[in-house]
Amino acid sequence: MKGMTVIVKTVSSWVKVLIFLFGIYIILFGHLTPGGGFAGGVILASSYVLLMLAFGRRFVEENLPSSVASKLDCLGAFLFAMVAILGLVFGGTLFVNFLYQEYLPGTPFELVSAGTIPLSNLAIGLKVGASLFLVIFALTVFRYDGSRKPGDSDESAGGTPATRE
Amino acid sequence: MALFYMLLVFMVIAAIIAVETKDLLSSVICVGAIGFGGSLMFLFLRAPDIAITQIVVEVLGLIILIRATISRDLTFITGDREFFGTVVSVVILFVILLAGVRIFATLPEFGAPVFARLPGTASQAYISRGLADTGAPNLVTSIYLDYRAYDTLGEATVLFAAVIGATAILRSKSRKALEGSDA
Amino acid sequence: MAYTLCFLLFMIGLYCAVVKKNMVKIVLGIMIMEYAVNLFLIMLGYFHDGVAPIIDRSEFDAQTQTVTAQFLNSSVDPLPQALVLTSIVISLGSLALLISICIRTYEKYGTFDITEIRRLRG
Repeated sequence: MKGMTVIVKTVSSWVKVLIFLFGIYIILFGHLTPGGGFAGGVILASSYVLLMLAFGRRFVEENLPSSVASKLDCLGAFLFAMVAILGLVFGGTLFVNFLYQEYLPGTPFELVSAGTIPLSNLAIGLKVGASLFLVIFALTVFRYDGSRKPGDSDESAGGTPATRE
Repeated sequence: MALFYMLLVFMVIAAIIAVETKDLLSSVICVGAIGFGGSLMFLFLRAPDIAITQIVVEVLGLIILIRATISRDLTFITGDREFFGTVVSVVILFVILLAGVRIFATLPEFGAPVFARLPGTASQAYISRGLADTGAPNLVTSIYLDYRAYDTLGEATVLFAAVIGATAILRSKSRKALEGSDA
Repeated sequence: MAYTLCFLLFMIGLYCAVVKKNMVKIVLGIMIMEYAVNLFLIMLGYFHDGVAPIIDRSEFDAQTQTVTAQFLNSSVDPLPQALVLTSIVISLGSLALLISICIRTYEKYGTFDITEIRRLRG
């Protein structure tokens, strides 16, 4: 995969920022407007998939290695579990919305409101985005290696940090 | 309402074409058409959260499917499975279809409230007290991250397992080769 | 009528998964079934002249912490929407898993035909 033509590369390098910002907006305002962690995470993953399709696999591999992506994936899962356990510590039950009930009620219809729901949205968005990026990255890497001849596939896979993380 | 039925018929026709066409790439694109039609229909059914999620998921799913099918040389597989098994399957499916049509005719007419409008149901409580309990005006978010957060925890677990399974299946070196290179 | 068309969509997906020989076609049939089930759940929560379950500023009384009776009677059911939202993302993960199984099988046997794979196995 060497990437596409100059036109596609230029346009996607402009558009990628907008897509990434839109994903962050969808995640942060998930408790006020339609959207939320799931949709925003998939949008974040698709911005990197656009880069992967336009610039080739190596470019994305240098910017966001799969080891970093798997660490982000685990970080998202850890944050979501941490929100649950903090609810157990401060509120008495798992997943209780302790921030809204006691510490930081906020005003409704504002960005800082609803307690732990924005935090959970962030964690879910991080988790979904990183894991879907990892899956598509693994599919791309496999196709790259599978296009070689069957005899030398092991040697060619040795040089690239493939899916073993 | 006519638009709704047109979209539904469009989805059914796209599904028939996707099943019956011989070319695998056309089949994948017809499934994408079903997904985008479904996204429009979710918007029409007053579910904007689902519409946004469906449309972005559909884009990523199309990319995955096209990656899997675009450069395989053997995409034309004609014929069905063994004749006897196919006939038996089609007969059983036809019986299920007839029974299902009878069953679905007993449901309330489409557009009438099925289980939301009864007092004392969970949905009614979520609608009336959701904002006061959780502080989130988007009631869908307040349900899946506050009232029913265990669902989301289970979803995260399933997604984690699916990703681990996919990367383990697609691993390009065997376990023996990995151990040999480490030693 | 609408429920029956939705069930017809499900049966088309089931037919595709049961009868076809191509592995990718079977995966597509499973996807069609997922669309039909998600659509059916959302259609159960809908009713005519409903509004989306997102509360506007004007529909909330901050003093008594209650929504207006008009919103209470006109909002569609948010519970199936929350269930379907998780189901859609799970379907993408399971699609990736199924497709990776298909690709791995193609690498090993050189075909997507399941009867051919069954013959080659022994």
